[in-house]
Amino acid sequence: MASAFEYAPAPESRAIVDIAPSYGLFIDGEFTEAADGKVFKTVSPASEEVLSEVAQAGEADVDRAVQAARRAFEKWSALPGTERAKYLFRIARIIQERSRELAVLETLDNGKPIKETRDADLPLVAAHFFYYAGWADKLDHAGYGANPRPLGVAGQVIPWNFPLLMLAWKIAPALATGNTVVLKPAETTPLSALFFADVCRQAGLPKGVVNILPGYGDTGAALVAHPDVNKVAFTGSTAVGKQIAKTVAGTRKKLTLELGGKGANIVFDDAPIDQAVEGIVNGIFFNQGQVCCAGSRLLVQESIQDELLDSLKRRLSTLRLGDPLDKNTDIGAINSEEQLTRITSLVERGESEGAERWSPACELPTSGYWFAPTLFTNVTQAHTIARDEIFGPVLSVLTFRTPDEAVAKANNTQYGLSAGIWTEKGSRILAVANKLRAGVVWSNTFNKFDPTSPFGGYKESGFGREGGRHGLEAYLDV
Amino acid sequence: MSDKSEQQRLSVFKTYKLYVGGKFPRSESGRVYEVTDSKDNWLANAPLSSRKDARDAVVAARKAFGAWSGATAYNRGQVLYRVAEMLEGRRSQFVHEVADAEGLSKSKAAAQVEATIDRWVWYAGWTDKIAQVVGGGNPVAGPYFNLSSPEPTGVVAVLAPQESSFLGLVSVLAPVIATGNTAVVVASEKSPLPALSLGEVLATSDVPGGVVNVLSGRTSEIATPLAAHQDVNAIDLAGADDVLAKELEIAAADNLKRVLRPQPVDDWSTTPGIDRMTAFLETKTVWHPTGSLGASGSAY
Repeated sequence: MASAFEYAPAPESRAIVDIAPSYGLFIDGEFTEAADGKVFKTVSPASEEVLSEVAQAGEADVDRAVQAARRAFEKWSALPGTERAKYLFRIARIIQERSRELAVLETLDNGKPIKETRDADLPLVAAHFFYYAGWADKLDHAGYGANPRPLGVAGQVIPWNFPLLMLAWKIAPALATGNTVVLKPAETTPLSALFFADVCRQAGLPKGVVNILPGYGDTGAALVAHPDVNKVAFTGSTAVGKQIAKTVAGTRKKLTLELGGKGANIVFDDAPIDQAVEGIVNGIFFNQGQVCCAGSRLLVQESIQDELLDSLKRRLSTLRLGDPLDKNTDIGAINSEEQLTRITSLVERGESEGAERWSPACELPTSGYWFAPTLFTNVTQAHTIARDEIFGPVLSVLTFRTPDEAVAKANNTQYGLSAGIWTEKGSRILAVANKLRAGVVWSNTFNKFDPTSPFGGYKESGFGREGGRHGLEAYLDV
Repeated sequence: MSDKSEQQRLSVFKTYKLYVGGKFPRSESGRVYEVTDSKDNWLANAPLSSRKDARDAVVAARKAFGAWSGATAYNRGQVLYRVAEMLEGRRSQFVHEVADAEGLSKSKAAAQVEATIDRWVWYAGWTDKIAQVVGGGNPVAGPYFNLSSPEPTGVVAVLAPQESSFLGLVSVLAPVIATGNTAVVVASEKSPLPALSLGEVLATSDVPGGVVNVLSGRTSEIATPLAAHQDVNAIDLAGADDVLAKELEIAAADNLKRVLRPQPVDDWSTTPGIDRMTAFLETKTVWHPTGSLGASGSAY
């Protein structure tokens, strides 16, 4: 659909970010090369421009970082909580001060729209550090008994979809509880974690308390398997999560996993259609659908299917895809070529299995990794696109007639991370929310996050909770 | 059996059977094994459960999960308390069985049984309190009503401790069902009789069939299919040794079961914390807007 309104470009300046041509590993408070000298390049998914060259941690580096964290643990865990709290408050403040720089950096490295890094990621990152800072000197009151102890060295592996936010989710509670960390950011988005190392330097954080090791899956595997790591936290795919669970089997390592999802967004016939449409869009097209808790299965009551889909298609036609640094951009780039290939192949599978594909008229940039917002109708529960996590801007639409059928279909998945309910009936919200097997249920809203709120999955979406009082448990010996 | 009056009449032996889906089947394999007391005297033949028995028990536990997890916490507390009442009535039977099973004097066995009944009562009182202790409202920075509450994980496989045949068994079973899960219990391999008799108690209390299923036999043989079972949501490895526990934990990773690793317990009689309940609970966070309403009367 030709847009009725043309927008002048409104690009955010990238001058605020000074990206060095190369970065090292951050171990024991210093940037250092990898022991074997390996490096890899990180590119901007929107343009394929090489942003920087980053040291790639190998096994020897993992060992060095874990040792540094172990040495730092003794002093860090012995610090009074009030002092640890102040470091975390400092970090939170510095993140707020540098949030524009970090937002632009994140958008460059990840491909997500500046609108989202600026208005969602960065405020939440700062909020998480603020929230957990306040816990550091109140652990006796967290409900885990008097004087709960930290575990030791936490090995943390995070994904590329929310690089800095996932770092905050992992590092803030770990430090608040007195653990030290070795964190591996994803290979496609290492930069914001390396900038975070500089935030730690500015905050005066003691050496070795936070160590950052960019690398690929083998780096993460070495970290998870390291015998001197006491706690493993992973956010990423279910397949890798299962592998990690096998690796730590038979050890005393504490494990939390935040894995995939196939969230059902259920729209009842009495739902406010306009609000539901916004929620559906937010549920699946936020962050290009590269969200583990995305509402990737739309379950719509049969009687309003046509009306809802008409509104939804009309709304999708107004979404603006393009330069992530443009402040008017709704849909940015897919994070990597590999991810684009995966989305493409699953979408082709959807078509070949007989589902009906629809996208708004949408011009894709010629360089970079792009995928138009897509929805599938005539989807059945047996279809691959209704079962497998696509992790892209692809919505599968299914229908139902009764609340029981909606619940049965929503729960018909190996996953159990998120779900949405759209209805004007309060009793129906509560009744349906009770029956959904999912860790987060958004009623008449979607994709809301807050540091005070426990987040995590049922079933194969993993175990453990991040956020809130519950999030402390993962890092305490309880 | 040295009692003179018993020597004058031939006592009636009991055929011990499994407890699955509210019924008392023999093992489908038709196998039994000899259970002896601490001095190697024959006590009974216990069913030697097979993989098929384990799978049948999972089916029964899954079938029972909806109603049991959906029952009110008050109702679950009433049902559990009823079990304690039934246990009290069978006190002497259990004292006898525990004494035989663990080679304890009558008075020590009696203390074990009393502690067990009290343990059951303790958990009966937890059903309607745990949600308040581990759940609550979250003060989110926005116009949202947001609540986290605990929910049962689902079907839990419980490998009962090997040494403490009754107190240990109840200490791992009661927290699982108090919170709304259903259980497939593998009794102590060497001393399964108190567990099998507990099945009879459960059957005559108000616990719905399938909520607890009791299997006897070789722990490793029954636990292996349970740990690998795709419809089991969690496993308590209390009764597994280190080698078996690792093997089972690896198998359990295949569908990301919640795993409670063996925790060294010196004395089951000390008051437990809430860890064994929270190990098999999920936290669900529900959000709802509270913001101002738009023209349509709805908020987003």
